[in-house]
Amino acid sequence: MSMFDGFHDFKLDVLKEVGNIGAGNAATALSRLLDKPIDMTVPRVNLIQFDEIAERVGGSEQVVVAVFLRVDGDAPGNMFFIIEQKSAKTMLNNLLSIKVASEDHYTEMEYSALSEIGNILAGSYLSSLADFTRLSMVPTVPSIAVDMAGAILSFGLLQHGQMGDSALLIDTAFLEGEESMEGHFFLIPDPDSFEKIFRALGVPSE
Amino acid sequence: MTIEQKLVKVGMADLGTASEDEVIRTTGLGSCVGLTLYDPKARLAGLAHIMLPTSAIARESNLNLAKYADTAVPELIRRMVLAGASANRLVAKMAGGAQMFVFAGQSDTMRIGPRNVESCKLALLPFAIPIIGEDTGGNYGRTIELDCRSGILAIRSVQYGAKEL
Repeated sequence: MSMFDGFHDFKLDVLKEVGNIGAGNAATALSRLLDKPIDMTVPRVNLIQFDEIAERVGGSEQVVVAVFLRVDGDAPGNMFFIIEQKSAKTMLNNLLSIKVASEDHYTEMEYSALSEIGNILAGSYLSSLADFTRLSMVPTVPSIAVDMAGAILSFGLLQHGQMGDSALLIDTAFLEGEESMEGHFFLIPDPDSFEKIFRALGVPSE
Repeated sequence: MTIEQKLVKVGMADLGTASEDEVIRTTGLGSCVGLTLYDPKARLAGLAHIMLPTSAIARESNLNLAKYADTAVPELIRRMVLAGASANRLVAKMAGGAQMFVFAGQSDTMRIGPRNVESCKLALLPFAIPIIGEDTGGNYGRTIELDCRSGILAIRSVQYGAKEL
């Protein structure tokens, strides 16, 4: 049994709105960076089994580009900004006019640029959330990895690992139509952060 | 290529056994450790995808034994003996325990990979099971596969390709 089994639909809706506000701001920031319209999906908020989380981005062995940030403050958690390799290269091309050297190799400059994009997006996601909830949410310095999705995502599940075999995840995908760029924001609040978020938003506890 | 072998998949925080001409695999090991045990005579293999070093930090009501190093090791041995392995013939190989992300301030959570490796070794000690192969640490993910016929552990990573232990 998980502590989240008792979450009513209403609470999940509140978390969806949390994802909406955060990712909406981040998508706007990305749109400005790239000077292109960015669409986003309705956030998906589910309690998902550890094994299934990587399926969201193509499976455990799918190689992805991930920027990871730990969120400190009142409601700590883990945040990932995840894009496919192809989308990452397209983004670099558009943003910096970097002539992409190779499909699956990254230069220091490219790493640094992607990391900074992740930083800007996560920053706008979290600052809008902090404004909305009046909780302090401070991102740590971002760290970037290009590796198997399973290996990367499991790192963000450690806090939930102590509680059970599933995690509550706020997942928002964004899309750029013309060049079919696609990416995900994953916000995985620590188990104890959910009550704090609910309390801050005036959701009565059961 | 060999004739098609039956594949046994082990998920995150899970364990399983395989025998005869089967292959047992787990994918996307990051800070997690893939611990394999093998009985060469009975051609039995066991694999645990271990996520956390110790069950002392568990806050769950139904403890998942496969998730913690200190509980996964005895449980895997028990399952293998049940399947027909002999505990004193078992040999261990392990892979994983990476640090996927590097940070300035290394808190305990950040060092989870190396801690998982240490805990696995510690948990194997009382059973006197020798560790005959190890590919741990680094900052990259791994997928591993143990062949029950040969006992060879195949390790794949994005950055370094394939290797065998």
